[in-house]
Amino acid sequence: MKLIGQVREWFLTQYWLRSLVPFLAAAAAFVIGAIMLVVLGANPLEAYAALIQGAFGSLNSFADTIVKATPLLFVGTGICIAFRGGMINIGGEGQMVVGALAGTIAALSLPTWPGWALIPLCLMAGFLAGALWGTIPGILKAYLNVNEILTTIMMNGIAVQLMNFLLSGPIMDPVQVQQRSFIPQTAQLPAASFLPRLAPTRMNLGVGLAVVVAILAWVLLWRTTWGYRIRAVGLNRQASRRAGIHVERYAALAMILAGALAGLAGVTQVIGVNHRLFTDGSATGFTGGAGFNGIVAALFGQLHPLGSIPASVLFGALIVGANKMQRVVQVPTALITALNGLVVVFVVGSEIWRRRIAAREELAHTPMESLAATGGEAAEP
Amino acid sequence: MSQLLTPAVLVGIAASGIRLATPYLYATIGETFGQLSGVLNLGVEGIMLMGAYAAFYVALTSGSLWLGLLAAIIVGGLMGLAMAFISVTLKAEQGISGIGVYLFGLGMSDLLFQKTMGSVETVNGFPALSIPILVNIPFVGPLLFKHNLLVYFAYLLIPVAWFVIHKTTWGLKIKAVGQNPAAADALGVNVNMVRYASVTFGGVMSGIAGASLSVAILNVFQQNLTSGMGFIAVALVYFGGWSPWGVLGGSLLFSTINALQNWAQIANLPIPPSFAVMMPYVLTILALVFAVRRVNQPAALTKTYERGES
Repeated sequence: MKLIGQVREWFLTQYWLRSLVPFLAAAAAFVIGAIMLVVLGANPLEAYAALIQGAFGSLNSFADTIVKATPLLFVGTGICIAFRGGMINIGGEGQMVVGALAGTIAALSLPTWPGWALIPLCLMAGFLAGALWGTIPGILKAYLNVNEILTTIMMNGIAVQLMNFLLSGPIMDPVQVQQRSFIPQTAQLPAASFLPRLAPTRMNLGVGLAVVVAILAWVLLWRTTWGYRIRAVGLNRQASRRAGIHVERYAALAMILAGALAGLAGVTQVIGVNHRLFTDGSATGFTGGAGFNGIVAALFGQLHPLGSIPASVLFGALIVGANKMQRVVQVPTALITALNGLVVVFVVGSEIWRRRIAAREELAHTPMESLAATGGEAAEP
Repeated sequence: MSQLLTPAVLVGIAASGIRLATPYLYATIGETFGQLSGVLNLGVEGIMLMGAYAAFYVALTSGSLWLGLLAAIIVGGLMGLAMAFISVTLKAEQGISGIGVYLFGLGMSDLLFQKTMGSVETVNGFPALSIPILVNIPFVGPLLFKHNLLVYFAYLLIPVAWFVIHKTTWGLKIKAVGQNPAAADALGVNVNMVRYASVTFGGVMSGIAGASLSVAILNVFQQNLTSGMGFIAVALVYFGGWSPWGVLGGSLLFSTINALQNWAQIANLPIPPSFAVMMPYVLTILALVFAVRRVNQPAALTKTYERGES
């Protein structure tokens, strides 16, 4: 027991470890992943090598990784804003879906518009639809204290059914109706609405837009009064209120922005990648789970919009590489979903260590006189 | 339409609603205990999926439904224990760690399903058990007394849970820990132990909820079998105001809407099925907004406890 205490003591005084804790947590998840691979009868080195090869091995695979990272970055950036404002947004899936629906309807109803007008309009439509989907839980939480975790999850269900209804009726592909095959999908969008691509890959302008949005989000949060207020509200509602901040307004704003960015994730997926909207009846059929995985990316990026950029590429790579891994070592891609879950659990679970190391560092840097005044206590941040 | 709604059809819809409430009942009762103790376990969906897989696979390979149920209980208990460790000992943000548990369960159950079975198979689940004499009562008999064992257990659980929460020391401790952990601690209640026990129990119940789907109601397992039921169960606990009778009402409401919607699709009614499926979600949001019983919400829900903090 004494040894454990010493190890713990050593660990807590390694201040440089503080920012590495999330990486250690993720590494732990991949070690468990390796053990699972062994149990499944696969060589973990071979499996992970195939995964990296599949994600970065060729220009096309790298482009696919970037394509998969794009919605993660949009959603993840939104999650950063929401969490900084004290809002937990589990509604990325639904917000993506309504964003995609709005962008699709805009593109389909204005087939003659030129690209320079149609693309911004589609993006705006997606942005606003996502914002609307964030507004409902945001306002309910901020003004009526209705649990936003539950309302965002319910809004996901509503969005999916709205999509299923629209795609199997009002905006169903007329060809599907003519041929009486009734596959729930829209017609292909007018070519003017397509985001420019880096031929021959599927990489498109969406990723550039996502990076710009992430940088703007960083500027918003750390360089503007609005951002300062959002963060203040997230840190301490009472203190913010006493400081004269309209707490409800900024809390709601954080969720609305998160929804809007997820809406952009949805619309760029349609006009950048699929060029039509289709449904298999579930949200993940369209989003690929990006609404949830965006949370993973944001957490891994330490809830910082700029940190979310490399984090999104990492988790995009996992999704793309998993297909190659499945072919090479016959382990289903579902392993990656399970690993993402472990990463979330480990990263949020290790937060306590990050806080403790930070507290110890502060203690070490506090002059003795002030310690004597507080009875030797250093506040945990 | 009036010809369609014969008494026989009505009994059919109601009986199916009663049956379909089963997974909700197990999951909500378990989650009620966890939330009353102050822990929001958002991972119910993932635990249900793992429970459903475990029960199905063990039942399929061993031929014993009871062994399958036991497997679901063990898997659910272990995942509940993990969730307790994450939220009580590691004090992690519960809304997010629950999503991690969900993603883990979703991926893991799918992975195991593809590796061990590969294709959708069926088992002969728990058979319907008619209760003699009572089943012969017109209308009510076939409605209430012709279900399988897991359905009966689920309904028996409601009064038992009510009794435990309101009439035993354990219930008192759970509520105390969820309302004011510092005061409970001062009175000698082991806050962490009570929370561990409640969340682990919630995991066991979620495991059984999954098993009730895969070996008693649907009798199949496939990827994402629960398709969001676990999340609805978490919301139903709020909906039901943290009371066993409240969650019974909520579960029945949801399952009856499900049953009605299944019937509307079979009867080919001109209602788009999407809107029927959408209704429960809209209802839940409305219920969350207008729930007058929100005053019952455990004061320390989602708040971690550490001695010496206010």
